[in-house]
Amino acid sequence: MTVAIRATDLVKSYTPGSRALDGVSLEVASGEVLVVMGPSGSGKSTLIRTFNGLEKLDGGELDVLGVRLDAAHEERPVREIRRRVGMVFQQFNLFPHLSILDNITLAPVKVQKRPKAQAEQRAIELLDQMGIREQAHKFPAQLSGGQQQRVAIARALALDPEVMLFDEPTSALDPERVKEVLDAMRQLARDGMTMVVVTHELGFAREVADRVMFMDQGQVVETSDPASFFTNAREERSRRFLSQMV
Amino acid sequence: MRRRSLLLQVGVAALLLALLALLVNNLAVNLLRTGLGLDFGWLGRPSGFALAESALPYSPSDSYLWALTIGWLNSLKVIAAGLVLATLLGVAAGAARSSSNRLLRSLAGGYVAVIRQVPLLLQLLFWYFVAFLGLPETPIGGLIQLSNQGISMLGMPLSVEFCAVLTGLTVFTGASIAEIVRGGVNAVPRGQWEAFRSLGLSEGLGLRRIVLPQALPAILPALTSQYLNLAKNSTLAIAVGYADLYAVSDTTITQTGRAIEGFLLLLISFLLLNLLISGGMAGINATVLGRMRRSR
Ligand SMILES: Nc1ncnc2c1ncn2[C@@H]1O[C@H](COP(=O)(O)OP(=O)(O)OP(=O)(O)O)[C@@H](O)[C@H]1O
Ligand SMILES: [Mg+2]
Repeated sequence: MTVAIRATDLVKSYTPGSRALDGVSLEVASGEVLVVMGPSGSGKSTLIRTFNGLEKLDGGELDVLGVRLDAAHEERPVREIRRRVGMVFQQFNLFPHLSILDNITLAPVKVQKRPKAQAEQRAIELLDQMGIREQAHKFPAQLSGGQQQRVAIARALALDPEVMLFDEPTSALDPERVKEVLDAMRQLARDGMTMVVVTHELGFAREVADRVMFMDQGQVVETSDPASFFTNAREERSRRFLSQMV
Repeated sequence: MRRRSLLLQVGVAALLLALLALLVNNLAVNLLRTGLGLDFGWLGRPSGFALAESALPYSPSDSYLWALTIGWLNSLKVIAAGLVLATLLGVAAGAARSSSNRLLRSLAGGYVAVIRQVPLLLQLLFWYFVAFLGLPETPIGGLIQLSNQGISMLGMPLSVEFCAVLTGLTVFTGASIAEIVRGGVNAVPRGQWEAFRSLGLSEGLGLRRIVLPQALPAILPALTSQYLNLAKNSTLAIAVGYADLYAVSDTTITQTGRAIEGFLLLLISFLLLNLLISGGMAGINATVLGRMRRSR
Protein backbone atom coordinates (compact mmCIF):
# COMPACT_ATOMS: atom_id res chain seq x y z
CA MET A 1 0.00 0.00 0.00
CA THR A 2 1.46 3.38 -0.97
CA VAL A 3 0.56 6.42 1.06
CA ALA A 4 -0.84 9.40 -0.88
CA ILE A 5 -1.22 11.77 2.05
CA ARG A 6 0.40 11.52 5.47
CA ALA A 7 -0.41 14.23 8.01
CA THR A 8 1.45 14.41 11.30
CA ASP A 9 0.26 16.56 14.18
CA LEU A 10 -1.17 19.37 12.05
CA VAL A 11 -1.85 22.63 13.84
CA LYS A 12 -3.64 25.63 12.36
CA SER A 13 -4.66 28.70 14.29
CA TYR A 14 -6.49 31.63 12.64
CA THR A 15 -6.81 33.61 15.86
CA PRO A 16 -4.43 33.39 18.80
CA GLY A 17 -5.77 31.15 21.54
CA SER A 18 -8.06 29.04 19.35
CA ARG A 19 -7.09 26.19 17.07
CA ALA A 20 -8.96 25.26 13.90
CA LEU A 21 -6.69 22.20 13.68
CA ASP A 22 -5.40 20.88 16.96
CA GLY A 23 -2.97 18.05 16.34
CA VAL A 24 -4.50 16.16 13.40
CA SER A 25 -2.71 13.04 12.15
CA LEU A 26 -3.97 10.75 9.41
CA GLU A 27 -3.00 8.69 6.39
CA VAL A 28 -4.77 8.34 3.07
CA ALA A 29 -3.70 5.39 0.96
CA SER A 30 -3.36 5.58 -2.77
CA GLY A 31 -6.71 4.69 -4.35
CA GLU A 32 -8.59 5.16 -1.11
CA VAL A 33 -11.74 7.25 -0.59
CA LEU A 34 -11.73 9.00 2.78
CA VAL A 35 -14.92 10.80 3.82
CA VAL A 36 -14.54 13.50 6.45
CA MET A 37 -17.57 14.37 8.59
CA GLY A 38 -18.14 16.57 11.58
CA PRO A 39 -20.18 19.50 12.88
CA SER A 40 -19.88 23.01 11.46
CA GLY A 41 -16.65 24.70 12.50
CA SER A 42 -14.93 21.42 13.40
CA GLY A 43 -12.06 22.13 10.95
CA LYS A 44 -12.97 19.92 7.97
CA SER A 45 -12.43 22.62 5.34
CA THR A 46 -9.31 23.87 7.03
CA LEU A 47 -7.88 20.35 7.02
CA ILE A 48 -8.37 19.57 3.35
CA ARG A 49 -7.27 23.06 2.36
CA THR A 50 -3.92 22.44 4.02
CA PHE A 51 -3.52 19.40 1.72
CA ASN A 52 -2.99 21.65 -1.32
CA GLY A 53 -1.45 24.60 0.47
CA LEU A 54 -4.48 26.90 0.39
CA GLU A 55 -4.02 27.24 4.15
CA LYS A 56 -0.60 27.62 5.72
CA LEU A 57 0.23 25.31 8.59
CA ASP A 58 1.26 26.66 11.97
CA GLY A 59 2.68 23.33 13.09
CA GLY A 60 3.09 19.71 12.08
CA GLU A 61 4.08 18.20 8.81
CA LEU A 62 2.42 17.03 5.62
CA ASP A 63 3.61 14.58 3.01
CA VAL A 64 1.46 14.81 -0.12
CA LEU A 65 2.52 12.46 -2.94
CA GLY A 66 6.07 12.51 -1.61
CA VAL A 67 6.24 16.31 -1.42
CA ARG A 68 6.78 17.75 2.03
CA LEU A 69 4.93 20.76 3.40
CA ASP A 70 5.31 22.36 6.80
CA ALA A 71 4.90 25.75 8.46
CA ALA A 72 7.64 27.23 6.22
CA HIS A 73 5.18 26.96 3.30
CA GLU A 74 7.72 27.32 0.51
CA GLU A 75 6.40 28.33 -2.90
CA ARG A 76 7.91 25.53 -4.97
CA PRO A 77 6.51 22.45 -3.17
CA VAL A 78 3.12 24.14 -2.88
CA ARG A 79 2.98 24.70 -6.64
CA GLU A 80 4.04 21.13 -7.34
CA ILE A 81 1.35 19.74 -5.07
CA ARG A 82 -1.31 21.93 -6.67
CA ARG A 83 -0.43 20.57 -10.09
CA ARG A 84 -0.91 17.01 -8.85
CA VAL A 85 -3.91 17.47 -6.55
CA GLY A 86 -7.32 18.64 -7.79
CA MET A 87 -9.85 20.49 -5.66
CA VAL A 88 -13.61 21.01 -5.94
CA PHE A 89 -15.33 23.70 -3.86
CA GLN A 90 -18.78 24.08 -2.38
CA GLN A 91 -19.43 27.24 -4.45
CA PHE A 92 -18.00 25.74 -7.72
CA ASN A 93 -15.78 28.82 -8.24
CA LEU A 94 -15.87 28.61 -12.01
CA PHE A 95 -14.31 31.60 -13.79
CA PRO A 96 -17.40 33.58 -14.88
CA HIS A 97 -15.69 35.46 -17.71
CA LEU A 98 -14.40 32.32 -19.44
CA SER A 99 -16.37 29.78 -21.46
CA ILE A 100 -16.76 26.27 -20.06
CA LEU A 101 -14.08 25.04 -22.45
CA ASP A 102 -11.67 27.83 -21.47
CA ASN A 103 -12.34 27.18 -17.78
CA ILE A 104 -11.14 23.63 -18.30
CA THR A 105 -8.22 24.24 -20.68
CA LEU A 106 -6.68 27.26 -18.94
CA ALA A 107 -4.50 25.33 -16.50
CA PRO A 108 -3.44 22.51 -18.86
CA VAL A 109 -2.34 25.10 -21.43
CA LYS A 110 -0.79 27.66 -19.06
CA VAL A 111 0.60 25.41 -16.32
CA GLN A 112 1.34 22.14 -18.09
CA LYS A 113 2.11 23.81 -21.45
CA ARG A 114 -0.02 21.37 -23.38
CA PRO A 115 -0.97 22.26 -26.97
CA LYS A 116 -4.32 24.05 -27.04
CA ALA A 117 -5.95 21.59 -29.45
CA GLN A 118 -4.95 18.63 -27.33
CA ALA A 119 -6.20 20.31 -24.15
CA GLU A 120 -9.53 21.06 -25.82
CA GLN A 121 -9.93 17.52 -27.01
CA ARG A 122 -9.30 16.27 -23.48
CA ALA A 123 -11.76 18.85 -22.11
CA ILE A 124 -14.48 17.58 -24.43
CA GLU A 125 -13.77 14.01 -23.32
CA LEU A 126 -14.11 15.03 -19.68
CA LEU A 127 -17.33 16.94 -20.33
CA ASP A 128 -18.64 13.87 -22.12
CA GLN A 129 -17.72 11.76 -19.12
CA MET A 130 -19.62 14.24 -16.91
CA GLY A 131 -22.62 14.09 -19.27
CA ILE A 132 -22.49 17.78 -20.24
CA ARG A 133 -20.63 17.76 -23.54
CA GLU A 134 -23.13 20.10 -25.20
CA GLN A 135 -22.37 22.88 -22.66
CA ALA A 136 -18.77 23.37 -23.84
CA HIS A 137 -19.27 26.76 -25.48
CA LYS A 138 -21.56 28.30 -22.88
CA PHE A 139 -20.57 30.46 -19.95
CA PRO A 140 -20.85 29.32 -16.30
CA ALA A 141 -23.86 31.50 -15.47
CA GLN A 142 -25.87 29.77 -18.21
CA LEU A 143 -25.56 26.39 -16.45
CA SER A 144 -27.46 24.92 -13.51
CA GLY A 145 -25.62 24.43 -10.23
CA GLY A 146 -25.27 20.71 -10.80
CA GLN A 147 -23.86 21.28 -14.27
CA GLN A 148 -21.45 23.94 -12.95
CA GLN A 149 -20.16 21.60 -10.29
CA ARG A 150 -19.57 18.87 -12.88
CA VAL A 151 -17.60 21.40 -14.93
CA ALA A 152 -15.58 22.17 -11.80
CA ILE A 153 -14.81 18.46 -11.44
CA ALA A 154 -13.82 18.25 -15.11
CA ARG A 155 -11.62 21.34 -14.68
CA ALA A 156 -9.76 19.70 -11.81
CA LEU A 157 -9.47 16.37 -13.67
CA ALA A 158 -7.99 18.09 -16.74
CA LEU A 159 -4.65 18.29 -14.97
CA ASP A 160 -4.67 14.48 -14.51
CA PRO A 161 -4.42 14.75 -10.73
CA GLU A 162 -3.36 11.85 -8.54
CA VAL A 163 -5.57 12.99 -5.66
CA MET A 164 -8.94 14.81 -5.65
CA LEU A 165 -10.16 16.93 -2.74
CA PHE A 166 -13.88 17.74 -2.38
CA ASP A 167 -15.16 20.31 0.11
CA GLU A 168 -18.94 19.82 0.50
CA PRO A 169 -19.41 19.61 -3.28
CA THR A 170 -23.20 19.17 -3.08
CA SER A 171 -24.08 21.52 -0.21
CA ALA A 172 -24.91 24.48 -2.47
CA LEU A 173 -27.07 22.42 -4.85
CA ASP A 174 -30.82 22.04 -5.16
CA PRO A 175 -31.77 18.61 -3.80
CA GLU A 176 -32.74 17.29 -7.24
CA ARG A 177 -29.26 18.23 -8.56
CA VAL A 178 -27.26 16.45 -5.87
CA LYS A 179 -27.47 13.02 -7.44
CA GLU A 180 -25.86 13.97 -10.76
CA VAL A 181 -22.77 15.28 -8.97
CA LEU A 182 -22.56 12.33 -6.57
CA ASP A 183 -22.86 9.95 -9.52
CA ALA A 184 -19.88 11.60 -11.19
CA MET A 185 -17.88 11.28 -7.97
CA ARG A 186 -18.95 7.67 -7.54
CA GLN A 187 -17.65 6.88 -11.01
CA LEU A 188 -14.38 8.58 -10.19
CA ALA A 189 -13.99 6.45 -7.08
CA ARG A 190 -14.75 3.32 -9.08
CA ASP A 191 -11.95 4.28 -11.48
CA GLY A 192 -9.52 4.17 -8.59
CA MET A 193 -9.04 7.90 -7.84
CA THR A 194 -7.62 8.79 -4.42
CA MET A 195 -10.26 11.03 -2.86
CA VAL A 196 -10.75 13.04 0.30
CA VAL A 197 -14.38 14.14 0.52
CA VAL A 198 -15.92 16.45 3.09
CA THR A 199 -19.65 15.78 2.88
CA HIS A 200 -22.85 15.36 4.84
CA GLU A 201 -24.24 12.89 2.30
CA LEU A 202 -24.64 9.77 4.44
CA GLY A 203 -25.65 7.57 1.52
CA PHE A 204 -22.54 8.49 -0.44
CA ALA A 205 -20.31 7.91 2.57
CA ARG A 206 -21.89 4.56 3.34
CA GLU A 207 -21.62 3.34 -0.20
CA VAL A 208 -18.39 4.86 -1.55
CA ALA A 209 -16.09 5.58 1.39
CA ASP A 210 -13.35 3.16 2.34
CA ARG A 211 -13.09 4.91 5.68
CA VAL A 212 -15.01 7.66 7.47
CA MET A 213 -13.17 10.15 9.66
CA PHE A 214 -15.14 12.10 12.24
CA MET A 215 -13.78 15.46 13.44
CA ASP A 216 -14.80 17.78 16.25
CA GLN A 217 -13.16 20.98 17.51
CA GLY A 218 -10.09 20.62 15.33
CA GLN A 219 -9.38 17.04 16.39
CA VAL A 220 -9.95 13.61 14.90
CA VAL A 221 -12.50 11.87 17.10
CA GLU A 222 -12.50 8.54 15.30
CA THR A 223 -11.77 6.87 11.97
CA SER A 224 -13.72 3.75 11.05
CA ASP A 225 -14.95 1.78 8.09
CA PRO A 226 -18.40 3.10 7.08
CA ALA A 227 -20.37 0.02 8.12
CA SER A 228 -19.22 0.20 11.72
CA PHE A 229 -19.26 4.02 11.81
CA PHE A 230 -22.91 4.27 10.82
CA THR A 231 -24.27 1.35 12.80
CA ASN A 232 -21.96 1.24 15.74
CA ALA A 233 -19.73 4.32 16.18
CA ARG A 234 -17.11 3.96 18.91
CA GLU A 235 -17.26 7.47 20.32
CA GLU A 236 -20.14 9.16 22.10
CA ARG A 237 -19.54 12.41 20.15
CA SER A 238 -19.85 10.61 16.79
CA ARG A 239 -23.07 8.90 17.87
CA ARG A 240 -24.57 12.21 19.00
CA PHE A 241 -23.63 13.82 15.65
CA LEU A 242 -25.15 10.93 13.67
CA SER A 243 -28.36 10.97 15.68
CA GLN A 244 -28.79 14.66 14.79
CA MET A 245 -28.17 13.94 11.11
CA VAL A 246 -31.17 11.64 10.65
CA MET B 1 -40.56 55.65 -17.60
CA ARG B 2 -38.96 56.25 -20.99
CA ARG B 3 -41.06 59.33 -21.59
CA ARG B 4 -40.12 60.82 -18.25
CA SER B 5 -36.40 60.33 -18.77
CA LEU B 6 -36.73 61.87 -22.23
CA LEU B 7 -38.50 64.86 -20.70
CA LEU B 8 -35.73 65.18 -18.11
CA GLN B 9 -33.08 65.13 -20.80
CA VAL B 10 -34.83 67.83 -22.80
CA GLY B 11 -35.14 69.93 -19.64
CA VAL B 12 -31.46 69.59 -18.82
CA ALA B 13 -30.49 70.43 -22.39
CA ALA B 14 -32.68 73.55 -22.34
CA LEU B 15 -31.09 74.66 -19.07
CA LEU B 16 -27.61 74.19 -20.51
CA LEU B 17 -28.51 76.14 -23.63
CA ALA B 18 -29.83 79.01 -21.52
CA LEU B 19 -26.64 79.06 -19.50
CA LEU B 20 -24.54 79.03 -22.66
CA ALA B 21 -26.59 81.90 -24.11
CA LEU B 22 -25.97 83.91 -20.95
CA LEU B 23 -22.22 83.32 -21.19
CA VAL B 24 -22.08 84.21 -24.87
CA ASN B 25 -24.08 87.35 -24.14
CA ASN B 26 -21.62 88.34 -21.38
CA LEU B 27 -18.76 87.69 -23.73
CA ALA B 28 -20.31 89.87 -26.43
CA VAL B 29 -20.97 92.67 -23.97
CA ASN B 30 -17.38 92.50 -22.75
CA LEU B 31 -16.03 92.53 -26.28
CA LEU B 32 -18.17 95.56 -27.14
CA ARG B 33 -17.10 97.44 -24.04
CA THR B 34 -13.40 96.96 -24.70
CA GLY B 35 -14.03 97.76 -28.32
CA LEU B 36 -12.00 94.80 -29.39
CA GLY B 37 -14.45 92.44 -31.05
CA LEU B 38 -13.55 88.83 -31.77
CA ASP B 39 -10.60 88.75 -34.13
CA PHE B 40 -8.41 85.79 -35.00
CA GLY B 41 -6.34 87.57 -37.61
CA TRP B 42 -3.31 87.71 -35.31
CA LEU B 43 -3.01 83.91 -35.52
CA GLY B 44 -1.23 84.27 -38.84
CA ARG B 45 1.40 86.74 -37.62
CA PRO B 46 4.90 85.57 -36.64
CA SER B 47 5.11 84.73 -32.95
CA GLY B 48 8.58 86.09 -32.37
CA PHE B 49 9.24 83.73 -29.46
CA ALA B 50 11.34 80.60 -29.39
CA LEU B 51 10.15 77.22 -28.03
CA ALA B 52 12.56 74.96 -26.18
CA GLU B 53 10.87 71.90 -27.49
CA SER B 54 9.01 71.13 -30.69
CA ALA B 55 7.95 67.88 -32.25
CA LEU B 56 7.84 69.50 -35.70
CA PRO B 57 10.17 72.20 -37.15
CA TYR B 58 9.46 75.56 -35.54
CA SER B 59 11.16 78.97 -35.41
CA PRO B 60 10.15 82.39 -34.00
CA SER B 61 9.31 83.55 -37.51
CA ASP B 62 6.51 80.98 -37.68
CA SER B 63 2.93 82.03 -36.97
CA TYR B 64 1.15 82.07 -33.61
CA LEU B 65 -1.12 79.36 -34.97
CA TRP B 66 1.88 77.13 -35.59
CA ALA B 67 3.29 77.92 -32.13
CA LEU B 68 -0.02 76.92 -30.54
CA THR B 69 -0.09 73.75 -32.63
CA ILE B 70 3.40 72.87 -31.39
CA GLY B 71 2.18 73.49 -27.83
CA TRP B 72 -0.81 71.24 -28.48
CA LEU B 73 1.49 68.49 -29.75
CA ASN B 74 3.75 68.89 -26.72
CA SER B 75 0.72 68.54 -24.45
CA LEU B 76 -0.47 65.53 -26.39
CA LYS B 77 2.97 63.93 -26.15
CA VAL B 78 3.26 64.25 -22.38
CA ILE B 79 -0.40 63.30 -21.78
CA ALA B 80 -0.26 60.22 -24.00
CA ALA B 81 2.99 59.00 -22.47
CA GLY B 82 1.62 59.82 -19.00
CA LEU B 83 -1.58 57.83 -19.57
CA VAL B 84 0.34 54.73 -20.60
CA LEU B 85 3.00 54.92 -17.87
CA ALA B 86 0.56 55.88 -15.08
CA THR B 87 -1.64 52.94 -16.03
CA LEU B 88 1.28 50.50 -15.96
CA LEU B 89 2.57 51.90 -12.65
CA GLY B 90 -0.91 52.05 -11.13
CA VAL B 91 -1.86 48.49 -12.09
CA ALA B 92 1.48 47.18 -10.82
CA ALA B 93 1.22 49.08 -7.52
CA GLY B 94 -2.46 48.20 -7.09
CA ALA B 95 -1.75 44.52 -7.67
CA ALA B 96 1.24 44.69 -5.32
CA ARG B 97 -1.08 45.95 -2.58
CA SER B 98 -3.00 42.66 -2.74
CA SER B 99 0.17 40.59 -3.01
CA SER B 100 1.04 37.89 -0.50
CA ASN B 101 4.58 39.32 -0.38
CA ARG B 102 4.78 41.63 2.64
CA LEU B 103 7.67 43.75 1.31
CA LEU B 104 5.89 44.43 -2.00
CA ARG B 105 2.68 45.19 -0.14
CA SER B 106 4.21 47.78 2.18
CA LEU B 107 6.31 49.37 -0.58
CA ALA B 108 3.18 49.93 -2.65
CA GLY B 109 1.23 51.12 0.40
CA GLY B 110 3.96 53.61 1.28
CA TYR B 111 4.11 54.92 -2.26
CA VAL B 112 0.38 55.58 -2.39
CA ALA B 113 0.31 57.16 1.07
CA VAL B 114 3.22 59.56 0.44
CA ILE B 115 2.20 60.63 -3.06
CA ARG B 116 -1.36 61.40 -2.05
CA GLN B 117 -0.18 63.68 0.79
CA VAL B 118 1.93 66.02 -1.38
CA PRO B 119 0.46 68.58 -3.84
CA LEU B 120 1.21 67.77 -7.47
CA LEU B 121 2.86 71.16 -8.05
CA LEU B 122 5.44 70.44 -5.36
CA GLN B 123 6.04 67.00 -6.83
CA LEU B 124 6.66 68.50 -10.28
CA LEU B 125 9.12 71.00 -8.84
CA PHE B 126 10.80 68.18 -6.93
CA TRP B 127 11.25 66.05 -10.05
CA TYR B 128 12.51 69.06 -12.00
CA PHE B 129 14.91 70.68 -9.56
CA VAL B 130 15.98 67.76 -7.38
CA ALA B 131 15.78 64.68 -9.54
CA PHE B 132 16.45 65.69 -13.14
CA LEU B 133 18.50 68.89 -12.97
CA GLY B 134 20.78 67.14 -10.48
CA LEU B 135 21.54 64.29 -12.86
CA PRO B 136 25.19 63.52 -13.47
CA GLU B 137 26.40 62.59 -16.95
CA THR B 138 25.89 58.81 -17.09
CA PRO B 139 25.38 56.63 -20.10
CA ILE B 140 23.53 53.43 -19.12
CA GLY B 141 24.34 50.56 -21.41
CA GLY B 142 24.57 52.92 -24.38
CA LEU B 143 20.79 52.90 -24.87
CA ILE B 144 19.80 55.45 -22.29
CA GLN B 145 21.89 58.56 -21.81
CA LEU B 146 21.32 60.59 -18.66
CA SER B 147 22.49 64.14 -18.10
CA ASN B 148 21.11 67.41 -16.77
CA GLN B 149 20.40 68.33 -20.40
CA GLY B 150 17.84 65.57 -20.52
CA ILE B 151 17.57 61.91 -21.27
CA SER B 152 18.36 60.34 -24.56
CA MET B 153 16.61 57.04 -24.99
CA LEU B 154 17.51 54.93 -28.04
CA GLY B 155 18.73 58.09 -29.76
CA MET B 156 15.49 59.99 -29.03
CA PRO B 157 16.30 63.09 -26.98
CA LEU B 158 13.90 63.96 -24.17
CA SER B 159 14.25 67.32 -22.42
CA VAL B 160 14.63 67.63 -18.66
CA GLU B 161 11.35 69.57 -18.58
CA PHE B 162 9.48 66.84 -20.43
CA CYS B 163 10.95 64.17 -18.16
CA ALA B 164 10.02 66.09 -15.02
CA VAL B 165 6.42 66.67 -16.13
CA LEU B 166 6.03 63.09 -17.34
CA THR B 167 7.47 61.62 -14.15
CA GLY B 168 5.38 63.92 -11.98
CA LEU B 169 2.11 63.14 -13.77
CA THR B 170 2.89 59.42 -13.92
CA VAL B 171 3.83 59.02 -10.27
CA PHE B 172 0.94 61.20 -9.07
CA THR B 173 -1.78 59.61 -11.21
CA GLY B 174 -0.29 56.14 -10.71
CA ALA B 175 -1.01 56.38 -7.00
CA SER B 176 -4.70 57.10 -7.61
CA ILE B 177 -4.93 54.36 -10.21
CA ALA B 178 -3.31 51.97 -7.72
CA GLU B 179 -6.13 52.65 -5.25
CA ILE B 180 -8.76 52.11 -7.93
CA VAL B 181 -7.16 48.84 -9.04
CA ARG B 182 -6.89 47.65 -5.45
CA GLY B 183 -10.57 48.38 -4.85
CA GLY B 184 -11.56 46.50 -8.00
CA VAL B 185 -9.31 43.56 -7.19
CA ASN B 186 -10.67 43.31 -3.63
CA ALA B 187 -14.20 43.16 -4.98
CA VAL B 188 -13.45 39.86 -6.77
CA PRO B 189 -14.62 36.95 -4.57
CA ARG B 190 -11.98 35.01 -2.59
CA GLY B 191 -13.18 31.82 -4.25
CA GLN B 192 -11.74 32.98 -7.57
CA TRP B 193 -8.27 33.25 -6.04
CA GLU B 194 -8.60 29.85 -4.42
CA ALA B 195 -9.77 28.31 -7.68
CA PHE B 196 -6.83 29.54 -9.77
CA ARG B 197 -4.35 28.73 -7.00
CA SER B 198 -5.68 25.20 -6.64
CA LEU B 199 -5.12 24.75 -10.39
CA GLY B 200 -1.43 25.53 -9.96
CA LEU B 201 -1.57 28.95 -11.66
CA SER B 202 1.01 31.46 -10.42
CA GLU B 203 -0.13 34.58 -8.60
CA GLY B 204 0.84 36.81 -11.53
CA LEU B 205 -0.93 34.70 -14.12
CA GLY B 206 -4.02 34.37 -11.93
CA LEU B 207 -4.12 38.10 -11.43
CA ARG B 208 -3.82 38.76 -15.17
CA ARG B 209 -6.14 36.07 -16.47
CA ILE B 210 -8.69 35.63 -13.67
CA VAL B 211 -8.83 38.56 -11.25
CA LEU B 212 -8.16 41.69 -13.32
CA PRO B 213 -10.64 40.83 -16.10
CA GLN B 214 -13.36 40.50 -13.45
CA ALA B 215 -12.26 43.70 -11.73
CA LEU B 216 -12.33 45.75 -14.98
CA PRO B 217 -16.03 46.74 -14.97
CA ALA B 218 -15.49 48.32 -11.55
CA ILE B 219 -12.14 49.86 -12.51
CA LEU B 220 -12.82 51.43 -15.92
CA PRO B 221 -15.24 54.27 -15.05
CA ALA B 222 -12.99 55.47 -12.22
CA LEU B 223 -10.00 55.14 -14.51
CA THR B 224 -11.60 57.50 -17.05
CA SER B 225 -11.86 60.28 -14.50
CA GLN B 226 -8.21 59.76 -13.53
CA TYR B 227 -7.22 60.05 -17.18
CA LEU B 228 -9.16 63.30 -17.49
CA ASN B 229 -7.45 64.54 -14.33
CA LEU B 230 -4.07 63.73 -15.78
CA ALA B 231 -4.85 65.71 -18.93
CA LYS B 232 -6.04 68.69 -16.91
CA ASN B 233 -3.10 68.47 -14.50
CA SER B 234 -0.70 68.57 -17.43
CA THR B 235 -1.23 72.35 -17.55
CA LEU B 236 0.97 72.56 -14.44
CA ALA B 237 3.82 71.92 -16.89
CA ILE B 238 4.22 75.69 -17.09
CA ALA B 239 5.73 75.62 -13.58
CA VAL B 240 8.85 73.86 -14.83
CA GLY B 241 8.92 75.65 -18.19
CA TYR B 242 7.71 72.84 -20.41
CA ALA B 243 6.25 74.35 -23.59
CA ASP B 244 2.82 72.74 -23.42
CA LEU B 245 -0.36 74.20 -24.86
CA TYR B 246 -1.10 76.19 -21.73
CA ALA B 247 2.40 77.71 -21.56
CA VAL B 248 2.37 78.69 -25.24
CA SER B 249 -1.14 80.16 -24.93
CA ASP B 250 -0.03 82.11 -21.89
CA THR B 251 2.89 83.68 -23.78
CA THR B 252 0.69 84.31 -26.80
CA ILE B 253 -1.96 86.09 -24.75
CA THR B 254 0.67 88.25 -23.03
CA GLN B 255 2.18 89.29 -26.35
CA THR B 256 -0.99 89.85 -28.33
CA GLY B 257 -3.32 91.00 -25.58
CA ARG B 258 -5.93 88.73 -27.16
CA ALA B 259 -7.03 87.15 -23.89
CA ILE B 260 -10.57 86.18 -24.88
CA GLU B 261 -9.64 84.59 -28.18
CA GLY B 262 -6.64 82.90 -26.57
CA PHE B 263 -8.80 81.41 -23.83
CA LEU B 264 -11.46 80.32 -26.27
CA LEU B 265 -8.84 78.44 -28.29
CA LEU B 266 -7.39 76.92 -25.11
CA LEU B 267 -10.83 75.86 -23.96
CA ILE B 268 -11.72 74.27 -27.25
CA SER B 269 -8.37 72.48 -27.41
CA PHE B 270 -8.82 70.92 -23.98
CA LEU B 271 -12.42 70.09 -24.67
CA LEU B 272 -11.26 68.24 -27.78
CA LEU B 273 -8.53 66.45 -25.87
CA ASN B 274 -10.85 65.34 -23.07
CA LEU B 275 -13.56 64.29 -25.51
CA LEU B 276 -10.91 62.18 -27.20
CA ILE B 277 -10.02 60.49 -23.89
CA SER B 278 -13.65 60.07 -22.77
CA GLY B 279 -14.62 58.71 -26.18
CA GLY B 280 -11.75 56.24 -26.20
CA MET B 281 -12.58 55.05 -22.71
CA ALA B 282 -16.28 54.77 -23.49
CA GLY B 283 -15.36 52.52 -26.41
CA ILE B 284 -13.15 50.32 -24.23
CA ASN B 285 -15.83 50.26 -21.54
CA ALA B 286 -18.52 49.15 -23.99
CA THR B 287 -16.30 46.39 -25.34
CA VAL B 288 -15.45 45.08 -21.88
CA LEU B 289 -18.99 45.30 -20.56
CA GLY B 290 -20.28 43.68 -23.73
CA ARG B 291 -17.90 40.80 -23.26
CA MET B 292 -18.95 40.46 -19.59
CA ARG B 293 -22.62 40.54 -20.54
CA ARG B 294 -22.17 37.76 -23.05
CA SER B 295 -20.76 35.66 -20.23
CA ARG B 296 -23.85 36.29 -18.07
N1 LIG C 1 -10.29 32.46 7.26
C1 LIG C 1 -10.59 32.25 8.56
N2 LIG C 1 -10.31 33.20 9.48
C2 LIG C 1 -10.59 33.01 10.77
N3 LIG C 1 -11.15 31.90 11.28
C3 LIG C 1 -11.45 30.91 10.42
C4 LIG C 1 -11.19 31.04 9.01
N4 LIG C 1 -11.60 29.91 8.39
C5 LIG C 1 -12.08 29.11 9.36
N5 LIG C 1 -12.00 29.70 10.59
C6 LIG C 1 -12.41 29.11 11.85
O1 LIG C 1 -11.77 27.87 11.99
C7 LIG C 1 -12.67 26.89 12.51
C8 LIG C 1 -12.77 25.73 11.54
O2 LIG C 1 -13.41 26.19 10.36
P1 LIG C 1 -13.67 25.27 9.10
O3 LIG C 1 -14.18 26.15 8.02
O4 LIG C 1 -12.46 24.48 8.83
O5 LIG C 1 -14.82 24.33 9.63
P2 LIG C 1 -15.72 23.29 8.83
O6 LIG C 1 -15.65 22.02 9.60
O7 LIG C 1 -15.35 23.25 7.41
O8 LIG C 1 -17.18 23.92 9.01
P3 LIG C 1 -18.42 23.92 7.99
O9 LIG C 1 -19.09 22.59 8.10
O10 LIG C 1 -19.30 25.02 8.51
O11 LIG C 1 -17.88 24.21 6.62
C9 LIG C 1 -13.97 27.60 12.76
O12 LIG C 1 -14.01 27.97 14.13
C10 LIG C 1 -13.90 28.82 11.90
O13 LIG C 1 -14.60 29.88 12.48
MG1 LIG D 1 -16.30 23.82 5.58
